[in-house]
Amino acid sequence: MASVAMDMLRAASDWLTLAFDAPSAKAVVFGVNIGGHLFVEGILFVVIIFLLSQKSYKPPKRPLTKKEIDELCDEWVPEPLIPKIGEEMKHEPPVLESAAGPHAIVNGKEVLNFASANYLGLLGHEKLLESCTKSLEKYGVGSCGPRGFYGTIDVHLDCEARIAKFLGTPDSILYSYGLSTMFSAIPAFCKKGDVIVADEGVHWGIQNGLQLSRSTIVYFKHNDMESLRKTLEKITQENKRAEKVRRYIVVEAVYQNSGQISPLDEIVRLKEKYRFRVLLDESNSLGVLGSSGRGLTERYKVPVEKIDIITAAMGHALATEGGFCTGSARVIDHQRLSSSGYVFSASLPPYLASAAITAIDVVEENPDLITKLKENIALLWKGLSGVQGLQIVSDPESPILFLRLKKSTGSSKDDLQLLEVIADHVLKEESVFVVTSKRSTLDKCNLPVGIRLFISAGHSESDLARAAEALKKVAASVLHDEE
Amino acid sequence: MITIPYLTALTTYFSYGLLFAFGQFRDFFRKIFDWWQASNLQGYAPICLGLEDFYIRRLYLRIQDCFGRPISSPPDAWFDVVERVSNDNNKTLKRTTVINRCLNLGSYNYLGFAAADEYCTPRVIETLKKFSPSTCSTRVDGGTTTLHSELEEVVANFVGKPAAVVFGMGYVTNSAILPVLIGKGGLIISDSLNHNSIVNGARGSGATIRVFQHNTPSHLEKVLREQIADGQPRTHRPWKKIIVVVEGIYSMEGELCKLPEIVAICKKYKAYVYLDEAHSIGAVGKTGRGVCELLGVDTADIDIMMGTFTKSFGSCGGYIAGSMELIQYLKYTCPAHLYATSISPPAAQQIISSIKVILGEDGSSRGAQKLAKIRENSNFFRSELQKMGFEVLGDNDSPVMPIMLYNPAKIPAFSRECLKQQVAVVTVAFPATPLLLARARICISAAHTREDLVRALEVISRVGDLVGIKYFPAEPNKQQLDDGRVKLE
Repeated sequence: MASVAMDMLRAASDWLTLAFDAPSAKAVVFGVNIGGHLFVEGILFVVIIFLLSQKSYKPPKRPLTKKEIDELCDEWVPEPLIPKIGEEMKHEPPVLESAAGPHAIVNGKEVLNFASANYLGLLGHEKLLESCTKSLEKYGVGSCGPRGFYGTIDVHLDCEARIAKFLGTPDSILYSYGLSTMFSAIPAFCKKGDVIVADEGVHWGIQNGLQLSRSTIVYFKHNDMESLRKTLEKITQENKRAEKVRRYIVVEAVYQNSGQISPLDEIVRLKEKYRFRVLLDESNSLGVLGSSGRGLTERYKVPVEKIDIITAAMGHALATEGGFCTGSARVIDHQRLSSSGYVFSASLPPYLASAAITAIDVVEENPDLITKLKENIALLWKGLSGVQGLQIVSDPESPILFLRLKKSTGSSKDDLQLLEVIADHVLKEESVFVVTSKRSTLDKCNLPVGIRLFISAGHSESDLARAAEALKKVAASVLHDEE
Repeated sequence: MITIPYLTALTTYFSYGLLFAFGQFRDFFRKIFDWWQASNLQGYAPICLGLEDFYIRRLYLRIQDCFGRPISSPPDAWFDVVERVSNDNNKTLKRTTVINRCLNLGSYNYLGFAAADEYCTPRVIETLKKFSPSTCSTRVDGGTTTLHSELEEVVANFVGKPAAVVFGMGYVTNSAILPVLIGKGGLIISDSLNHNSIVNGARGSGATIRVFQHNTPSHLEKVLREQIADGQPRTHRPWKKIIVVVEGIYSMEGELCKLPEIVAICKKYKAYVYLDEAHSIGAVGKTGRGVCELLGVDTADIDIMMGTFTKSFGSCGGYIAGSMELIQYLKYTCPAHLYATSISPPAAQQIISSIKVILGEDGSSRGAQKLAKIRENSNFFRSELQKMGFEVLGDNDSPVMPIMLYNPAKIPAFSRECLKQQVAVVTVAFPATPLLLARARICISAAHTREDLVRALEVISRVGDLVGIKYFPAEPNKQQLDDGRVKLE
């Protein structure tokens, strides 16, 4: 072995000497003596250049041929547009044959209606009907255009001014649908990079707005101020840039998904401590909370300026449709060109704006409606205490009375089915119309489902007693083995 | 595809450049002043970040008076425009009591149902008395009345589909339906000029979004082939499903969708077709049934038919029509059905009644007359405008006709001059159109008489000369036009 290696070494050195001693290696070019070293280096240099000039190896690119794409297209089998229709999807809601007032007609039978968020009983109010009729005769039904393009009718401007005056804010902006208010207003102010801290129980309209804003979203435990504090603390601590980005807390005044009420005083304290802005959805509290119905801010005696953006749907206590956002002039003006649901949608039909103006007038003139509603809430609470298998989880002041199963079956789908059975029996046997909190598959809210009763000032004492009795009776028969 | 003359493109860029530079200049001084004064933010980030509302502060506010003009009458053929004054250089506008009676070329009142109607209005008021203005409840709870069921039947019947579901707002219809139909792993192929509600719906769905060139079936085919062959990004798994979203009439272009070609391509590649008929339903077609009827497409080939009631029917809201199963599924899980207040009963009655008039079920031939009238009016107006040398976009039979303005200074000039002569037109600029392609948009109604239109044409011609927007020679010669123009998408 060793001798072979030695032989090779010797042969190599022979080659080297040969190269050094080659006649060309001693050439003199332009007065420079080309020694053996330079000669070898020259050759190496040429080799390097040659190698560098070569393309590095890449597998040859072969785009799919037309035939192959054709085959792929032929082979591709799409999923059906919608999943298979299951039994639970065929559920049809009861059809009302009258207005959805406190007493409605379903299947030719008069029922007690606890399914409409007609909190103040303004549905069917004479003054509202009168102003709607006048407006319909004057303006027709639709506005036939977005606000920017001759869809602004003087009643819209009057309505915006009336809302602002009622709530004591500088300005407000009308949306043509309650649901679109939040999901348009949020993306107008929150963009990528901003931070939003939201309650995990917010309704779908807000969830959609959060998603569309593409901001960083952090949820805190439902209506848990300690969890909110920790979340705010964590964000402020962790994020060095936190001071530079816009920060928001998004909460609902009365949660549609649980009937709980946000402790606004605490939220405002935290907001001021950590310098967050507050977006408050007052859909279910406007006209209900506070001594004169001005909502959660009045209930907690928080000056309305402290809340940066307030939104509300008008399809509840005001008994009309549409929604509004209110706040400082800057907040409102910005939305007039940046809020997609405002810019790109036809405006609210004028008669609904007239109805809103009248409804606010009625609320202001009749504070006893609010007192009556509060009494009714207390009455139904008392009536429903001790209902078998169910517990009230909503706030004692909330106009939505939320009943949840004491013992969950383990899956929210089964829970809902069970509650659905109760609601069905209550309607068919006792003629009391109550509804369950159905969830869309898109809804990310994980709070337990329940039965919701929307209490109205239009319900009489006997109505409430009857409803409580009916629910108690049916719950006892359906849930008898639950306890 | 819009072609824009070189010189116009140059002056337009120059104008915007100047506005931008001047705006920046003002912002610079603003900053110095702000710095001088103590900051009132107290640790909050500003609610509107610098450049976000630059466009509003420095460009839009200058011509704010051309948009959002309040009216004090129904948006009929003639309407009352309330005059506004500004004491602070257009920053804020105050309503006055002065009223200007103008010819309305702006509202989407295609069939003239905006104003009181002898058949509809009494029924609407009757419904108001019976059902009240609202149900205060969602459709799945206590918001379904007999009227809502009837409306859904009438609509399904009218558009030619087995079933339909209605919502209280057109925008929500689009933006809440798409996320239900498609999600992660799905692909939405959308026309590049689709309405914002579709864009928002697509974004909210979590599906991948690809765009094809506006109204170009060949490009749609190319995108479809590429996407099916490639599959999902990164994983290359096959797409779960593909939905192609198009509009019947594009509201900013006035163009009709090339539906037959697009449907054929979608069929070939097994993609689902989503047709948004916001502007076309009721307005085109022999019996007002929209682009499908006009272009001879079988509605069975359209998987999801969407439309709104704001325009032709003079009401509010939107619908989705499709197979029985599709509607059942939507009613089970669509958030707009589950969480939103149901459509207002009087508005529902307006739709039912106006459809009855269109179909002649009211016992008169008014519906047919209206349909003939809008077609005749649109085609007359369009051809006259073209003869005058305006650059008019859109197809025949479409009641929407944009007139190109391009230069930013021509937007307020055209709008204000027309208003002075009692003609109310809509001017559209960014963000509704690309920055360079500002335009005026005319919407013709069946309520317009021939005298109204002639008058409008006279005014527009005069103002057009004044503002200089007759980009074509009168009675244009097609051949010459293609020279010296840059192509723009």
